[in-house]
Amino acid sequence: MSAAEPDTLPKLLLHQAARYGARKVAIREKDRGIWRPYTWADAAEHVRAFALGLATLGFRRGDALSVIGDNRPRLYWAQLAAQALGGIPVPLFQDSIARELQYVLDHAEVKVVVAEDQEQVDKIRGLQGELPHLRQIVFDDARGLGGDRDPSLLAFERVEALGREFGRARPGYVEAEVARGVARGSAGDTALICYTSGTTGHPKGVMLSHRNLIANLDAFLAVERYRDTDELLAYLPMAWIGEVIYSLVGQLLVGYTINCPEAPETVQRDLRELGPTVLLAPPRIWEAMLTTVQVKIEDSDRVKRALYRGAMAVAARILARRAAGQRAPLGLRLLYALGEVVAYGPIRDQLGLGRVRYAYTGGAALGPEIFQFFRGIGLNLKQIYGLTETSAACVVQPDGEVKPESVGRPAPGVEVRISERGEILIRGPGVFQGYYKNEEATREVLEDGWFRTGDAGFFDPDGHLVVIDRAKDLGSLADGTPFAPQFIENKLKFSPYIREAVAVGHGRPYVAAMINIDLGTMGNWAEKRNLAYTSYMDLSHKPEVYALVGEEVRRINAGLPGPTRIRKFFILHKELDPDDAEITRTRKVRRRFIAEKYADLVEALYSDQASVPVATTITYEDGRQATIHSAVRIQEVEGALVAAA
Amino acid sequence: MALLWIEDVVKDFGGVRALDGVSLEVRERELLAVIGPNGAGKTTLLNGISGVYHPHRGRITLGGLDITHFPPHRVARLGVARTFQNIALFKGMTVLDNLMLGRHVRMRSGIFPSIAYWGLAQREEVRHRERVEEIIDFLKIQDIRKRVVGALPYGLQKRVELGRALALEPRLLLLDEPMTGMNQEEKEDMARFVLDVSEEWGVTVVLIEHDMGVVMDISDRVAVLDQGRKIAEGSPGEVRSDPAVIEAYLGAGKRRA
Repeated sequence: MSAAEPDTLPKLLLHQAARYGARKVAIREKDRGIWRPYTWADAAEHVRAFALGLATLGFRRGDALSVIGDNRPRLYWAQLAAQALGGIPVPLFQDSIARELQYVLDHAEVKVVVAEDQEQVDKIRGLQGELPHLRQIVFDDARGLGGDRDPSLLAFERVEALGREFGRARPGYVEAEVARGVARGSAGDTALICYTSGTTGHPKGVMLSHRNLIANLDAFLAVERYRDTDELLAYLPMAWIGEVIYSLVGQLLVGYTINCPEAPETVQRDLRELGPTVLLAPPRIWEAMLTTVQVKIEDSDRVKRALYRGAMAVAARILARRAAGQRAPLGLRLLYALGEVVAYGPIRDQLGLGRVRYAYTGGAALGPEIFQFFRGIGLNLKQIYGLTETSAACVVQPDGEVKPESVGRPAPGVEVRISERGEILIRGPGVFQGYYKNEEATREVLEDGWFRTGDAGFFDPDGHLVVIDRAKDLGSLADGTPFAPQFIENKLKFSPYIREAVAVGHGRPYVAAMINIDLGTMGNWAEKRNLAYTSYMDLSHKPEVYALVGEEVRRINAGLPGPTRIRKFFILHKELDPDDAEITRTRKVRRRFIAEKYADLVEALYSDQASVPVATTITYEDGRQATIHSAVRIQEVEGALVAAA
Repeated sequence: MALLWIEDVVKDFGGVRALDGVSLEVRERELLAVIGPNGAGKTTLLNGISGVYHPHRGRITLGGLDITHFPPHRVARLGVARTFQNIALFKGMTVLDNLMLGRHVRMRSGIFPSIAYWGLAQREEVRHRERVEEIIDFLKIQDIRKRVVGALPYGLQKRVELGRALALEPRLLLLDEPMTGMNQEEKEDMARFVLDVSEEWGVTVVLIEHDMGVVMDISDRVAVLDQGRKIAEGSPGEVRSDPAVIEAYLGAGKRRA
């Protein structure tokens, strides 16, 4: 990138605002039932005013600002305003509990928090004694805070008004501050610190420079062709790197429009109303969409069910032909065209995917069956690979080279190699500056610019990267059979009745699983059979539910190599919950933590015990704890033993 | 300043004296809770204010106007809205339509402009819809605005009913046990909404509620009725330690036991 080109995010904002002005919409927010647009000129003006306001509050170069809440234009502007002054945004997960927030806010020495609403403000205020660096809380939605006289609390508009006042006497202040920001050499100003939820230990603050973010996405965009007319839905947690890249960096780089849904509960409807052209979603969203389709089909009449099954069979045959590089015979192609009219098109439309040109799954592995379903209905769904430490995606499947088991080729300028121990190493423009205030951890993963991902993988004959699992999760059964838990878990999660699964078996005689049922589908199933239940725990104990899950596991076993078939399982009495640290905020299972927490249950999977009493301590959002007593039943899977022998 | 004066009101049903000389003053912008054992006359009092029943004796004055013998629709026009113990919504209609209906007393267009639906009537419709959307946003029911009310869970229907009352833009809001039958989380949400209506919108609220925790947490003042008489009135703290109240509640408890 040449020196004249904008090399920081605020410079990009000013550049795009000058280019598009009031002629093009930068961001929309659905509010009181209507999509309300803000042009590039509006966005730049808000960022300028808020930046000036921050300056009057004593916010200086290098200071940290956090945003917490659902996706709101003002939370994006606040981050850009901080960057305009040379400050560093530290986005937070909106559903974090107080203890997690306290750690990040304290560790990052955050001076200003911009919170969406009263709920978030109260969470932060509850911690105020423990946050020596925090000077100011700013809120977006005044609801419930109107009468508040707390001096450390200011409305977003108020900060902007202060800024405009201050700016009147100092024309060009923000522009001068923006111009001071540099992407010096390879280091450059830190643009952002993203705390990774991490599947182990305390979160670590990943420092990413403006150069990291811009150059990495530039490389990605050399493969994927976005246009400034693209529409994206900004609905993922603002603290997740994938969301940062798409809604902050990509928007500034490409000039497309991002759209903030009305509320978390309306995302599905807003998606359909908007019809985005580019869509990034983590596996859980794709899994949920597939479940929705499966449930609706189950509820429909026999003719529709038959049509659906037929269309899916045709899609599978087409995909198989394509994978083998063969041209499908005319008859099959005609059937596929028919399927487009009666099934694929309507399904895409129902899900709000009708206009999607590029769809991605990232953040974790998506089961191949689920991936193939969406490819089958004609969605250009791709796998991408990257971590927070690599500024998100740096490996992508180019059009025409999409395979369910691989994640594609490294983007131009990105180097990927496999270490002797089978670990994936990455070097490239997106590789981060280091962990904030944690040099030891940085040294462990960075060497000569190579980042050690901690993932195990290999290159297939076509030069595509295949990710197997987290390296430390790979193991082997007692007899030496290799065992990759994620592979089995993804198979299990393809069942609409299974929401989460944890496979165990390292150093053990056989594979076993703990299962979380899907309360939505299983509840629906139970209601149809007049099976009364009161709660998740109650439903998870039902013998009928055990029988159904047992049937599902047996079916899944049929697709697994003999020795790795699941021989015993239990349905966990509670849903895995990020508030209990069992899964991360991006819904990755923390296997080790779970294995320790439920050690006696895991032991029971390898004993003759049929039932285990459990007392569970659960943590409420406000930090209170409660204990619940129940019993979990261990079930053997029919046929698995015979097949394994 | 008192918004509502209730003076020495008496109401009989056959031989039963439901209200026996109750006097009560509701101040502008306050949140007043009315509590008391079952059959104390709480709902009768609300019905007296909203014009459903007319007292045999005594006087009810709203903002200086004697409304003792006003029919319900005239009381509503004066800005008095209420919710009911048993949800009173059009179950076959959507949330949005129910809320729009709640605005009918504020609609000005006559039947002919409304039939033509342009000009005045259309502008009016848009204005009302904006107001209703603010209520939807306030109550966080965006995701159900197009759902049919009858298919919603009970707690949400209660919330919609509050919305329907708010659609009238009331000065005085009468809530008859808005939290009955709710679980703890729903109760906390509802308490938050009621508090916000009072604090942010400046609406005067009279609340009948059985959950003492909620009452003591959110009320400015509490009035206690027992067998048609007001036996105490004051801040939550004062009422809690009032011997007559303890007698009415604990005494009743002993009798039941």
